[in-house]
Amino acid sequence: MSPLLEHLAGAFESVEWEESHGQDVAHVSNEDWAAFAEAAKEAGFEVCVDVTAVDWLRQRPQRFEVVANLLSMSQMTRLRMITAVGREDPTVASLTPVWPGANFAEREVYDMFGIVFAGHPDLTRILMPDDWEGHPLRKDFAVGVVPVQFKDSHQVR
Amino acid sequence: MATTAPGNLLMTTVERAANWARTRSMFPATFGLACCAIEMMATGAAHYDLARFGMEVFRASPRQADLMIVAGRVSQKMAPVLRQVYDQMPDPKWVISMGACASTGGMFNNYALVQGVDQVVPVDIYVPGCPPGPQSLMHGILSLHEKIMAGEIVR
Amino acid sequence: MTDEQTANREGGRPPSDTATDTLDLWVAGTEEPEFQPTDEGTQEFGPDESEARLDDQFGRVITDDYVFDDEVEEEERMVVNMGPQHPSTHGVLRLQLELEGEVIRRTKPIIGYLHTGMEKTAEQLTFSQGPTNVTRMDYLAPLHCELAFSLAVERLLDIEVPPRAAAIRVLLTELNRVSSHLVALATNGMDIGALSMMIYGFRERESILAFFEKSTGLRMNHNFIRPGGTAADLAPGWKDDVAAILEDLPKRLDQYDDLLKRNPIWLARTEGVGVITAEEAIAESITGPALRATGVEWDLRKAFPYSGIEQYEFDVPVGENGDVYDRYRVRVEEIKESLKIVSQVMDTMPSGDYRIDDRKITPPPRARIDESMEALIHHFKLFTEGFKVPPGETYVAVESPRGELGCYLVSDGEARPHRMHTRAPSFYNLQALPIAMADSLVADTVATIASMDPVMGDVDR
Repeated sequence: MSPLLEHLAGAFESVEWEESHGQDVAHVSNEDWAAFAEAAKEAGFEVCVDVTAVDWLRQRPQRFEVVANLLSMSQMTRLRMITAVGREDPTVASLTPVWPGANFAEREVYDMFGIVFAGHPDLTRILMPDDWEGHPLRKDFAVGVVPVQFKDSHQVR
Repeated sequence: MATTAPGNLLMTTVERAANWARTRSMFPATFGLACCAIEMMATGAAHYDLARFGMEVFRASPRQADLMIVAGRVSQKMAPVLRQVYDQMPDPKWVISMGACASTGGMFNNYALVQGVDQVVPVDIYVPGCPPGPQSLMHGILSLHEKIMAGEIVR
Repeated sequence: MTDEQTANREGGRPPSDTATDTLDLWVAGTEEPEFQPTDEGTQEFGPDESEARLDDQFGRVITDDYVFDDEVEEEERMVVNMGPQHPSTHGVLRLQLELEGEVIRRTKPIIGYLHTGMEKTAEQLTFSQGPTNVTRMDYLAPLHCELAFSLAVERLLDIEVPPRAAAIRVLLTELNRVSSHLVALATNGMDIGALSMMIYGFRERESILAFFEKSTGLRMNHNFIRPGGTAADLAPGWKDDVAAILEDLPKRLDQYDDLLKRNPIWLARTEGVGVITAEEAIAESITGPALRATGVEWDLRKAFPYSGIEQYEFDVPVGENGDVYDRYRVRVEEIKESLKIVSQVMDTMPSGDYRIDDRKITPPPRARIDESMEALIHHFKLFTEGFKVPPGETYVAVESPRGELGCYLVSDGEARPHRMHTRAPSFYNLQALPIAMADSLVADTVATIASMDPVMGDVDR
């Protein structure tokens, strides 16, 4: 672990550190999300490269995972922050006060998963139409396949 | 015009002249959406020149266009816009559905795309491909010209 | 004609008696500073026109802000909608501009008009079908999208592709960078008014697309870079094609420089327009040429090298001011650097396999299927079920022509990804549009959008 991260690890006791295929991952609790983000920015992670989410429907005790990928240009390292969010009332603190670049990404996560980011300046749907119902990337939202009939198949009248 | 006027030699020649004029100076409306738009731009560029068929300019305003080439995938949010642009075009107007996504939804058979642009606007020519090369698109446009000249499309 | 009338007609200069002897050319800047306006008689302006207003209207004083002395109220701001069907928004981008006269006070980009549900589709496709899906995201740099996805899958599988496969990948992606920047220059030029730039850009692109068609089978959306290597080896005679491209393009780039680089109209329309500072760029997660134009030297090919690109020598062009002109210069210089890399790859292309030999991941050659039972079974399993990837998650990023194109891939041990997310560079670069366009003129909107070079397939996925 680089010295940058050791400093961070020392400041937050409850964070679980993991190494995933050569990259450092910090599993942060939901309450510490904003504080850890600020500490990471202080430590030198100037850029929040990506914010996304994963739906572990019925595979994990907490349904959603919010993932933020950070990048430190000065130290040339990456860090991933992951927090688990439950099924009822999926809320997590917004990263826009720390990194304004997370704005659109958090709107997309809200649109696609329904996770609410507390403190986001404009949390509205971004990719789907405004009156769309449902959150498409959830595992219980169907793909929406329209059955296709091939020319040589048995004709259904 | 062909259905209401009695068929005599004079009217037939006028109709053929009108069809000839319509095909030789069709102006496409810019409706490039995705990857097919790049191939449409390449078709209009120097190598596969569309201007030699009379399609000199791609008109930005639908009021000045008579051909709409729907180039690319049409999402749920874009479908009302597509219909509105189509409605704004004056008669006679034609639609070419370029690419697999515009014709049938393509490889994206999911919630986000309209499965075939003919659910929103009436289509005259379907050009398959992902994306169709400039030669395929030109073949589609020339087929449309033939269809109009032959009187198969009556406006 | 009286002296006064003559003075009025010639703008203040009395006629010279020696006019026939010397060549009395009117040289700009040498006229007398006093300008006598004509007597308007009954059409004269009313007495309530202020001196300042008259100065402005007669052109004695040129003010550069397009808002007059009297304050414009907040309610007098006009909201104008640009797009989604618009010739200059580079795809289906919708912008709502709040205007005060000609000055933009606020901008709101509205996206989602090309949302294709690609991330949902990716969960239905196997890992080897993944590149067909991902390649249509950034459709101007499809090979980069495929490369990011393939690298992510390979990292989860813990495999390394052979050196020849890595070199082929570098060759194709750098040529893709050139073709993407050519489109950026073409549309940038056309939007600002240099219509011939469109023809030039697409003409050059045709030669590169012809090489792609020969190598990969398609002009665009190739599905060539797959997990495990590439789909096939390069076509025989590829060196001649690449050499022809390397010979033609630099001369054409000089033609573009002749057209644009010192053109006063181009400079007036691009210098100082759409400025983003380095701090704003880093805060808004902008990457790529837009970031390098602000002065930050950050290129993923140098910072986190991938696919063996560290063996090739190239520079990273950096701008200074973060305006449209600098982004244009950075792209032109990047084309030259990419051509350098392509020429090095061409000279040092290693021999060997174009894909890893692991039959559990890459399909066997078609001819082998007739001979060997195992080959048939492997082919069958790979194309019906797909290979399984051990559980895990990873994030891999490549330097696409627009910036950091990343792929966050989560696998739960199945043959299909559990979650595939693409970090799209244009998605983040668009967040900077309100900053770049704040307090600028409406006419500069088109130049700014074109210089950020968004690809809406990338933005909306």
